[in-house]
Amino acid sequence: MPTYQLKVNGESHTVEASEDTPVLWVLRDHMNLVGTKFGCGIAQCGACTIHLDGEAVRSCSLTMAQVEGKSLITIEGLSADGSHPVQQAWKEVDVPQCGYCQAGQIMTASAFLEKNPSPSSEEIKNAMHGNICRCASYNRIHKAVGIAAEKMS
Amino acid sequence: MSTSTSSSITFSRRSFIRTSSLASGGLLIGFNLFQACKPKAAPPIDISQLNFNDFNAFIKIADNGAVTIFSPNPEIGQGVKTSMPMIIAEELDVAWDNVFVQQGILDTNNYTRQVAGGSQSIRFGWDALRQTGATARQMLVNAAAAKWGVDASECTTSEGVITNAKGETLGYGDVVKEASALEVPEDVTLKEPKDYKIIGKDAGNVDIDKIITGKPLFGLDYKAEGMVYACVLRPPAFGKVLESYDDTEARAMPGVIDVVRIGAKAQSLFEEIPRLQNMIVASDKVAVVAKTTWEAMKAKKAIKATWTDGTPMESTEFQNEQLMGLLDGNTFETLRSDGDVKKAFAQADQTLERTYESPFLPHNCMEPMNFYANVTDEKIHLVGPIQTPEGTANFAAKMLGREATDVHLEMTRMGGGFGRRLYGDFVLEATEISDAIKKPVKMVSTREDDMSTGIYRPSIKYRIKASIKDGKVTGYHLKEASINTNMYGLIPNFFPAGAIENYQVDVANYDSNVTTGAWRAPYTNFLAYAEQSFFDELAELMEVDRIQLRLDLLQKVKGTTDERIQYDPERMEKVIKTAVEKSGWGTKSEGTYQGFVNYYCHNSHVAEVADVVIEDGKPVVKKITCVVDCGIVVNPLGALNQIEGGVIDGVGHSMYSDFAFEDGAPTTKNFDAYRLIRMKEAPLVETHFIKNELSPTGLGEPTLPPAGGAVANALKAATGKRIYQQPFIKNPELLQVPAKEILG
Repeated sequence: MPTYQLKVNGESHTVEASEDTPVLWVLRDHMNLVGTKFGCGIAQCGACTIHLDGEAVRSCSLTMAQVEGKSLITIEGLSADGSHPVQQAWKEVDVPQCGYCQAGQIMTASAFLEKNPSPSSEEIKNAMHGNICRCASYNRIHKAVGIAAEKMS
Repeated sequence: MSTSTSSSITFSRRSFIRTSSLASGGLLIGFNLFQACKPKAAPPIDISQLNFNDFNAFIKIADNGAVTIFSPNPEIGQGVKTSMPMIIAEELDVAWDNVFVQQGILDTNNYTRQVAGGSQSIRFGWDALRQTGATARQMLVNAAAAKWGVDASECTTSEGVITNAKGETLGYGDVVKEASALEVPEDVTLKEPKDYKIIGKDAGNVDIDKIITGKPLFGLDYKAEGMVYACVLRPPAFGKVLESYDDTEARAMPGVIDVVRIGAKAQSLFEEIPRLQNMIVASDKVAVVAKTTWEAMKAKKAIKATWTDGTPMESTEFQNEQLMGLLDGNTFETLRSDGDVKKAFAQADQTLERTYESPFLPHNCMEPMNFYANVTDEKIHLVGPIQTPEGTANFAAKMLGREATDVHLEMTRMGGGFGRRLYGDFVLEATEISDAIKKPVKMVSTREDDMSTGIYRPSIKYRIKASIKDGKVTGYHLKEASINTNMYGLIPNFFPAGAIENYQVDVANYDSNVTTGAWRAPYTNFLAYAEQSFFDELAELMEVDRIQLRLDLLQKVKGTTDERIQYDPERMEKVIKTAVEKSGWGTKSEGTYQGFVNYYCHNSHVAEVADVVIEDGKPVVKKITCVVDCGIVVNPLGALNQIEGGVIDGVGHSMYSDFAFEDGAPTTKNFDAYRLIRMKEAPLVETHFIKNELSPTGLGEPTLPPAGGAVANALKAATGKRIYQQPFIKNPELLQVPAKEILG
């Protein structure tokens, strides 16, 4: 079985996995980083969102071969202690209901705000449209992204 | 009907089943809340054998005064892990910031009937949780009074500190040891609502820090030493039966540990749960066990199974024909009949008859079904997300011919429930696999597994007929055609029961091999839309104001002596009038079209107004104004979240979600084809509570059912078209857009 070098949350790792193994399962099963969630497996729900060289990507549909040598950030590495402005905004607004999709929502929002630090309401909606929240906490997600933008500016 | 919040409650000492000193210091107090507080009325919703009130609560106070409150009920996102401990903390009189909340495990000796369902946790816990806190507080006060040699009535408490008349103070931690040896007081005084310091104040989700940093919380996150992963190949269609399989290729794949046939043991429960016999979940299946989740998922696809035809395989077309046949037929069971609807129709000036149709719906919890099981000679260790831990643990024990006491079940936070996790089929699968392979195992379903072998909300059709005579509604006849089961319990006594002289509710169903069950706000989740659309159309036919029609009907129920009537006409009137005021009903500028709905379910009264505008020639739901009377609001921050989520969930499933069968198999199996509401379609929800001091009622479900009706009525105002079918996008007027194009 092939081995892969990758950098996750700033640390280098060597992982042994078949080449078609989705990054999601390497993170969860091989590296014990279970904050990244499994939702659909086909990049439609956003629960597995992580950052790949700063871009928000769906880890369920990325293979190890695609991320070899690249730098990944997961929810566990977004900040050391939950102090990232997006995490703080999520807490301030008390966004979660069940909470399962929220790591993916936070990862999408944080990558988006890096690119667009002062988004309009419509831009927030467009950016977050790919992440499903089955509890439908959409009003609060929208509000929290706005507050996070203010915190980051 | 309304019950007031009584401030003094007596309960039996027998209910105080445990108070003990802890080896580590401090006091552990437990109450059997069921004995402490039997509700006067029977539970209003009968999800078969479930009860909601029968659980126990623990308070742990350490020598240093630190307070831990164990939340007994499963947390599915409805917020009880925060709000139930808040109620205890209020009466215990401690500072909420100093309380540590922990999820209780399934513990049938000390807690019983730990269930999340029917929006009843807070309603039934209200008296018992307050008594728990107040009794513990009184024991601590009594201990301090004895220490000081003063009368307990001289002492006051605040934020975990007891003060006597001289101004001397003792912390709770200073007297816990003495308190644990005291008699349990039989009479305790509860706080007046005006004195509340925690109840009614915003409290954030107790798990928030773990959620935002991705800590292990959910069933899928649980790991144990030596644990392996299993994926289960289930029949590809409802009606198919496993004949044989070839696992040669799968066994040769990397990481694969074993392949086992399961199902036989679950089938031994058929006598206990007769409905299992028709369920795909209890058929023969193939479990693939591997070192990692991905290896199990991949190897499952390599199993070559042969399926034979068992029972007839249904299509949506067949199901629709069956349901229409039931509506047209005469096999109904009458659930309530007042007066004579036939006579009213015969004597009417006008009648209106409409039929409303809904599809099956899968639950689509974001966390796919999964469970951990480790079956050993010593015990059956189960860990994961389950709404009915006790019932499920009992079935797991019975299935293996073991004692219920052999089961140790730990509840994790759940990535959604919506009714799907009331059914422990996935727990039985995990248990059977672990028993077969003699290893700790995590069974993990894929999204496709969840969507194609679910326990769905059944497709339902309603036919409603009403008669009008001399400008009044004289008759109302509701017929329900459903699959496997019908509306239950007290639903036939919801509005407009009692408001119309001649009133009848009839139900019929046919047995299908497609598994059906409870889905957030069972039956009312579709019924509310059907009835409230019908009332709107009735008002148009009668040429009367649509709000006034509803208010006039409520007049007849005021002062009713009919004890079956569930809703309170005064409370309903208040939510209606408040919604009219807060939504700016009838005062909107041109281009905004409004739809109105009022509803009662899960013991709460709700009115909603939808605002629809036309953008690019397409109607868009912009806002829902929601007025809720759920009595005292324990945690407004959490309550608003439930309401917003319930409303948007209701809008989403009414507008977009469709589910069909061909040859016994669902035609959509994942989110590329199944459409759930997303950010851009989510309306802004503006909530107003009716403030009162009445005991709290349900909140996890009651704002969902009315949302579809409000949207349908607003779409009529916007487009001139009445919609009789869910999802609404099936109607060409509303420009059906496929899910793939919606993704931005």
